[in-house]
Amino acid sequence: MRLKNLSLAAFLLGGLVIPARSAAVDLNDAAGRYAISPSGSSLAFAIASIAGKGISGRFARYDGAIVLDGGNLARSSVRITIVPASVETGQDRVDTFLKSNAVFDVANEHAISFRSSGIRRTGDRSATITGMLTARGHTSPATFEAELEDMGKGWISFHVTGHVLRSPYGMDVGTPIYSNVVQFDMKLKARRE
Amino acid sequence: MLRNTRLGYGWVAIALHWTIAVLIVGQWTLGKMMKSIADQRLSFDLIQWHKSFGLLILALAFFRLVWRLANPRPALPAETSGLERQAAGWTHRALYALMIVMPLTGWAIASTTVLEIPTLAFYLFIVPDLPLTRSDAAEALWASVHDVLGWVLLGLVLLHVLAALRHHFLLHDGVLVRMLGAGPPVNRE
Ligand code: HEM
Ligand code: HEM
Repeated sequence: MRLKNLSLAAFLLGGLVIPARSAAVDLNDAAGRYAISPSGSSLAFAIASIAGKGISGRFARYDGAIVLDGGNLARSSVRITIVPASVETGQDRVDTFLKSNAVFDVANEHAISFRSSGIRRTGDRSATITGMLTARGHTSPATFEAELEDMGKGWISFHVTGHVLRSPYGMDVGTPIYSNVVQFDMKLKARRE
Repeated sequence: MLRNTRLGYGWVAIALHWTIAVLIVGQWTLGKMMKSIADQRLSFDLIQWHKSFGLLILALAFFRLVWRLANPRPALPAETSGLERQAAGWTHRALYALMIVMPLTGWAIASTTVLEIPTLAFYLFIVPDLPLTRSDAAEALWASVHDVLGWVLLGLVLLHVLAALRHHFLLHDGVLVRMLGAGPPVNRE
């Protein structure tokens, strides 16, 4: 049982030692406030299509903070703000379409934001993050799965995945040719502030 | 009377003529509209409808061509000159050709665009792309061919409509009326 606690959740819950790769890290060192750092992070997404290759891309600009409460996972939190105009798919015309009023409407909308409302441990190194996602003036619940990837002195990184429906945000253009579901695959590397 | 006779058009030819006429005029307008509106979301949806209706036109046009070849042609009024017969004949051939080529060039645009947006006809079934190589250049080429042929088609339709109106209002023969399917075919032959 003690060995099992060598995990993110245990670490978040406080008091124990977590191994990052091989090095054991003192948890009291890890608790604190972190800023998501674009170097070492990536924020990728993919939308499937009924035929063909679908759309995949990433956001280049975003910022966010992770607060790790050493003693209480439920009091820990994540918030992230994405600049929709920074979307990149590798195909300029797709980017232009995504930035248009069909999807992100970057002329009028400058941020997509997620704010956690609860974090629940699901495994040794994993947790479910629930919260509210706001985009294009609509706010709707969203859930992500986070897994502790690695940590070191003054930094920590998570692999975060989740499915977000486009329809609650009025961004469901092209369904059902393109899926209503956006699959997020993010690596968030955060540095202690 | 489903089939044509030497005197007039049967209901199948008449129904096909007017259905396709309405679809083509609508399709042309839709094509210009979907390209010019600012709302990109609406534009996306309109393009999908344009592809669906365009392929429907293609299917109907094929059937219509087969039907035309398998039916007698109603004769023109006896006093129609040789030149008029030639003009009518070639205009009709060109209209048949464009009814088929126009959708094919549209299909070629959808098949060459690097955007690779699948064609889900009427949101019901997937229509495969034509086996063409995708590139911005190929797409641009097919798009301009599609646009130019669209104008040619529009011009021919206009000519064709004027000819029909001339038959009715100037020549007072039964040529327009027999395509309207109103009553027994009127023919002065
Ligand atoms: C008789 C049938 C059709 C007519 C009369 C028609 C007419 C038009 C017209 C007038 C335009 C605007 C051209 C421009 O302003 O550049 C257009 C664009 C377009 N059409 Fe069609 N179309 C037909 C069939 C189709 C079909 C079957 C497809 C695809 C399956 C198709 C795909 C497109 C596409 C993708 C565009 C946009 C091209 C661009 O972005 O420049 N069309 N069509
Ligand atoms: C997109 C629109 C149209 C297309 C593609 C079209 C095409 C054709 C074609 C190919 C024929 C020859 C039919 C055959 O012999 O098999 C025809 C006949 C005819 N069309 Fe149209 N048409 C269109 C619109 C119109 C309109 C708007 C009118 C009326 C104002 C019209 C009046 C007629 C008449 C009266 C005939 C019969 C000619 C005859 O008896 O020899 N058409 N049309």
